[in-house]
Amino acid sequence: MKFSYFPGCSLKGLGRAYEESLLPVLRHLGVELEELPDWNCCGATAYMAEDEVKACVLAARNLALCESSGNQQLMAPCAACYLVLNKTKHYFHEYPAMRKTIQHALGAVGLNYGGDTPVRHPLDVLVNDVGLEAIKQKVRYPLKGLKIAPYYGCQLVRPYSTFDDQYNPTTMDRLLEALGANVVRYPLKTKCCGGSLTGTVPKAGMRLVYILLNEARKRGADCLATVCPLCQFNLDAYHAQMSARYGPVPIPTVYFSQLMGLAFGLSEPELGLRRSAVAFNWRPAEVAA
Amino acid sequence: MRTGSAPHNLRIGFYVCHCGHNIAAMVDCPEVARYVERLPGVALSRDYKYMCSDPGQELIQKDIREFQLNRVVVASCSPLLHEHTFRAATEAGGLNPFFFHMVNIREHDSWVHTDRKEATEKAKALARAAIGRVAHHRALEVKRVPIHPDVLVVGGGIAGIHAALTLAHAGKKVFLVEREPSIGGHMAKFDKTFPTLDCAACILTPKMSEVGSHPNITLWSFSEVTQVDGYVGNYTVTVRRKARYVNEDLCTGCQECIANCVYKEPKFNDEFNEGLGRRKPVYIPFPQATPQMVLIDPEVCLNFKRGVLTDKCKKTCVEACGEKKAIDFKQQEEVRELKVGTIIVATGFQTFDARRIPQYGYGLFPNVYTALEVERLINASGPTGGEVLLRDGRQPKAIGIIHCVGSRDLKTNRWCSRVCCMYSLKLAHLLHEHSQAEIYNFYIDMRTPGKGYEEFYDKLLAEGVQFIRGRVGEVTDWAMTPEEEGRLVLRVEDTLAGFVRRIPVDMVVLSTGLEPQKDAQEVRRLFNMSCGSEGFFLERHPKLAPVNTFTDGIFLAGACQGPRDIPDSVAQAGAAAAEAMALIDRGHIEQEPNTAHILEDECSGCKSCIPLCPYTAITFDEDRQKASVNEALCKGCGTCVASCPSGSMVQHLFEDEEVFSEIEGVLAD
Repeated sequence: MKFSYFPGCSLKGLGRAYEESLLPVLRHLGVELEELPDWNCCGATAYMAEDEVKACVLAARNLALCESSGNQQLMAPCAACYLVLNKTKHYFHEYPAMRKTIQHALGAVGLNYGGDTPVRHPLDVLVNDVGLEAIKQKVRYPLKGLKIAPYYGCQLVRPYSTFDDQYNPTTMDRLLEALGANVVRYPLKTKCCGGSLTGTVPKAGMRLVYILLNEARKRGADCLATVCPLCQFNLDAYHAQMSARYGPVPIPTVYFSQLMGLAFGLSEPELGLRRSAVAFNWRPAEVAA
Repeated sequence: MRTGSAPHNLRIGFYVCHCGHNIAAMVDCPEVARYVERLPGVALSRDYKYMCSDPGQELIQKDIREFQLNRVVVASCSPLLHEHTFRAATEAGGLNPFFFHMVNIREHDSWVHTDRKEATEKAKALARAAIGRVAHHRALEVKRVPIHPDVLVVGGGIAGIHAALTLAHAGKKVFLVEREPSIGGHMAKFDKTFPTLDCAACILTPKMSEVGSHPNITLWSFSEVTQVDGYVGNYTVTVRRKARYVNEDLCTGCQECIANCVYKEPKFNDEFNEGLGRRKPVYIPFPQATPQMVLIDPEVCLNFKRGVLTDKCKKTCVEACGEKKAIDFKQQEEVRELKVGTIIVATGFQTFDARRIPQYGYGLFPNVYTALEVERLINASGPTGGEVLLRDGRQPKAIGIIHCVGSRDLKTNRWCSRVCCMYSLKLAHLLHEHSQAEIYNFYIDMRTPGKGYEEFYDKLLAEGVQFIRGRVGEVTDWAMTPEEEGRLVLRVEDTLAGFVRRIPVDMVVLSTGLEPQKDAQEVRRLFNMSCGSEGFFLERHPKLAPVNTFTDGIFLAGACQGPRDIPDSVAQAGAAAAEAMALIDRGHIEQEPNTAHILEDECSGCKSCIPLCPYTAITFDEDRQKASVNEALCKGCGTCVASCPSGSMVQHLFEDEEVFSEIEGVLAD
């Protein structure tokens, strides 16, 4: 199993802990990654809102690079990248005018995009390609007793529900259960994390962050597990600002890949566990002892 | 290939129909008429606005006489619609009706093309083919076959019941086959009916018992049709009668066996009460079940293990049955054969599986119910005796009814299920009456077309039931205020008020839509019917033949054809019964003479056609060493014709020179 790996800006910056944990976990499971050479911005954030065509052309360059790299599939761990790359692929097939623009732009730099490259999220690859059985076999320290609220955010399943239900995704639930964790029912699993509102309209952003954390607390969760760097950032980095308004809800938000690393017994510095603002101090009983 | 040249004195009359604008808008009809006029053998060529009109038909008759026509071709719509019309006109003009041929330039041409020039060229090519073909037509005779007067009705819901009774009252013998242990269908589960609020059981059960006792009706419940052979007027139907482990002739319905079952308490899922109640392994589906007879569920009865007889139970039921000896644990399923002339398919619908919309929480939150469950919940003979008690024993103070669950939804079923608005109103009224709870209806549009329906809606508005226009986004237990704590919250955009609301309730009712039965495709194949894209059985014509199917002698009634309410199902069942009677009372059916026959001189007796015939219409004449076709059985499929190595099997209306001339006509420039 070999993929072109598209880190995007997050996994090299704010979401460094995601990359730090995901790469060793995939390596441990025999999934080979090759970082896409000379990748560029996926086209998300302000681009998509300001100029959809330019955003799609940016995304398409990455897809074209993947095709010319010889790898069959592209892995995009950041939910925003994942969405924009899939959206571009969808637009490319659906709208002839967009296809023409993309091909013209790529042609100017000697690139070509055929439109076939599957864009995969690591959650999809882990559960549907590697398989839960193979993952269970690698579990050295089951996450027994850890109560997790599985939080998917919006972009992974909407609007393109490529591998899970749009309103009630369960892939991560099953993955975390395979690690031995106790997954609590979390009805807000696909609700908004605040997106960029935390920065632009803090009042609205903080309220959303509070709602998510508070509901996880009410359901007895020890932490939230996430698949998206922006979700993780909002729920973690804004905790102090949110607390000022609503009082502290000190529940850490960690990447599913960090939890996998813990369960596999990978060395801690590899997992970026110390990077979060709200400390995640829980450890499997065998490790803590 | 047999060759035969066309008669020299050919005088073909050709007519191209405008069909108003249907054809004329895309095909230049006068140009087609002018073109055909020059073809060999054509004596006369006309274009006309509506060939199917009386003047159009009279024109054909007049022309035959005046211009001594001996062949007629009409280029118009589908033969399915008007072939018989023009054949009759040809006959009335004094010609054998099979000297007529029809060309479809509407469905095959004007309706499906966008380029007028090319569509006109196509019409010319099709007309040319028909002119070439009709030259070789022979005079044929329509064969008459007697029709069997008995009728099979498949499905014992309100539609099947009404069709069976209508026929039985008219003196026809009816076989009613029902899959479940009792007839009654969905209607038997309903509490009241809209908009009159009369009790469903009160109006249904007299009809059910009449079915059970009518001398003209043979009721086979717990039975399924497994095979249908034959053709209109002469169907042979195979029915599998499942084992109920109770002898129908001996059981009196006293139910002593149920009272004396080794299970003292009912323990198992009660299908009739939608799983809200419990029953024993020996049970009667519901008090008014017809036939009034118990059955034993081998999956849970202690005398069986997983359906296989072990004979290890004390059998207190057998003791209780005593001298009647009605219980028979060794009963096997039976396969029976029926002869009927016509069949009415009334197999009904299933309700949408609410689990397919996970955000509504059905199966997750115990207090989310389907509408059918609520029908049982508010029924006086239901599991709670008509009290609105939630699964946790509480009485609800607020109830939300969500419309269009699995209807008008691009992600599930696109169609409007037609009955949900009205039954939601009915349930709103009844739930309020039974529980005094505050009721909220969440709707997209209120659809209340029907006698007294809009008035019923007005009544509900006056009763103080809340109506919120908006498709509910989700049902959640995510509480944001103390008032919401421990309750179900409906999140919905109120599209009239223009903002998103959160409405806490104690009970949610999902108004699930109607969809085709799970096995509709198998049933379709069984009866040689068609399904529409949504999977309901397809009527022959949506306006003019709504109870006919594309197979003669097979009719549709009720919601198997599409979602409909009780009044419409009953009306349609009556119509289906009348259609069946129209066939029966004529006494015979006319068979299209497109059957195969053998040219004995050329048949080598190789027998290769015999196993290929799907209708077992070909036998081998040992004396003459030739194959022989039974024309009463032949359906004209042509399989034997195509496979005959010596070309000695031929088919009327599809003889070689007819088919080849048609092909040449289409391909010629």
